[in-house]
Amino acid sequence: MSIASVSTVISNGLFLSFVAGIPLYAACKKVPVYETFVDGAKDGFTLAVKIIPYLVGMVVAIGMFRAAGGFTLLAHWFAPLLRLLGVPEPVLPLALIRPFSGSASNSLLVGLIHQYGPNSFIAHVGATMMGSTETTFYVVAIYFAAANIRRTRHAIPAGLIADFVGVVASVWICRLVFLHS
Amino acid sequence: MLNYIWLGLMVCSVILGVADGRTAQVVAAVTDSAKLAVTIAIGLVGIMALWLGLMKIAEEAGLVQLFAKAISPIMRRLFPDVPIEHPAMGSMVLNMAANMLGLNNAATPFGLRAMEELEKINKTPGTASNAMCTFLAINTSSVQLIPATAIAFLAAGGADNPAVIVGTSIIATTCSTVAAVVAVKFFEKLPMFNRRKEVVNEYS
Repeated sequence: MSIASVSTVISNGLFLSFVAGIPLYAACKKVPVYETFVDGAKDGFTLAVKIIPYLVGMVVAIGMFRAAGGFTLLAHWFAPLLRLLGVPEPVLPLALIRPFSGSASNSLLVGLIHQYGPNSFIAHVGATMMGSTETTFYVVAIYFAAANIRRTRHAIPAGLIADFVGVVASVWICRLVFLHS
Repeated sequence: MLNYIWLGLMVCSVILGVADGRTAQVVAAVTDSAKLAVTIAIGLVGIMALWLGLMKIAEEAGLVQLFAKAISPIMRRLFPDVPIEHPAMGSMVLNMAANMLGLNNAATPFGLRAMEELEKINKTPGTASNAMCTFLAINTSSVQLIPATAIAFLAAGGADNPAVIVGTSIIATTCSTVAAVVAVKFFEKLPMFNRRKEVVNEYS
C-alpha cells in the first residue's frame, strides 16, 4: 500500500504545483494572470463542442457493435493468434476491447481482479495492459475532430500496432517478473 | 480508413444483432451511445477551460517555449516538419508531459490544442499530416509513467501491493511507444498512405 499512496501523493503534488506554480511563475514575469487565464479558457467550450459530432459517430458505432456481440465474436476469431503469442485466455477480451472502449475495458479489468484475485498473475497482466495501452479509437476520433481531419491516413494502423505490441509486451514482461521470482 | 471502419461497425452490428436476436439491445445502444457521447464532450468543458487557461498563462510567461526548447532534440527528430518555436510544438510537449505524469484530464486539452495548431501548418487541409499521425500514434501508445487508474483498481480489489505493476507497465509502454514510432515512420513512406493518392481514392 505504501508505494501506491506515495504515488498518489506525488501525482497530487504535481497537479497542485502546476495549478498554483504556473500562475506564480507568470506573475513574477509580470503577466496579467487572471486576464490571460480567462482569455485561454474561452477556447475550452468551443473545443469541447467541436468534437461532439465526431464523438457521437464513433461512440454510437462502437456501442452498437458491442451490443450486437461483435466484440465477443472478434475475441473468438483473434483468440488463436493471441494464444499463440502467449496471451492468457482470461485477458483476451480485455486485450481486444481496449482500443475501442475505455469504460468497457475498465469494467473487464475490475471483473478479472474480482474473479482471479488482486494478487494473481492474471490481475497483474490485465493491469499492466491497461497501464500501457490507450483507447485508440477514442483518441483518434477526438484528436482528429479538433483539427477537422476526415482522412486519417496511417494513424489508425500505427495506433493499433502500438496497442498490439503493448498487449504482447505486457504478457511477456509479467511472465518474466511475476512467474520467475 | 475511418469511413470503412465506421461503416463496417454499423453494418456488422445490424447483421449480427438481427442474426443473434439482439435487435432490441442494438436499438437501445444507438440512443444510449449518442447521449453518452454528448455527456463525455460536455463533461470535458470545465477541465478543458481550466487547462487551456493555465496553458495560456504558461505560454505568455515563456514557460512552454522554455520546456519545448529543452527537449527539442527529440521533438525535432519526431516532428521534422514542425518549426520548434511553433505553438503546435509547445502544445505537443505539454500533452506528452501531462500524459507521462498521468495527468490525463490535462493531456486531452493540450492534445486537442496541438492538433488545431498542426492543422494550421498542414499542407493538405482535411487530410492528416505526417506530424499529426506521429503525434497520435505516440498518444495512442500511452506514455504514462504511473498507471494511476490500474493501480487504483488493484488497490480497490484489495491487492497486497498494487504498485507492483508500475515497473511492468513502464517497460510495456516503452515497447508500445517505440513500436508506434517505428510503425508511423515506416507507414508514412508507403505509397498506400500517400497524401495525394488518398485524397483521390477515398470517397468523402
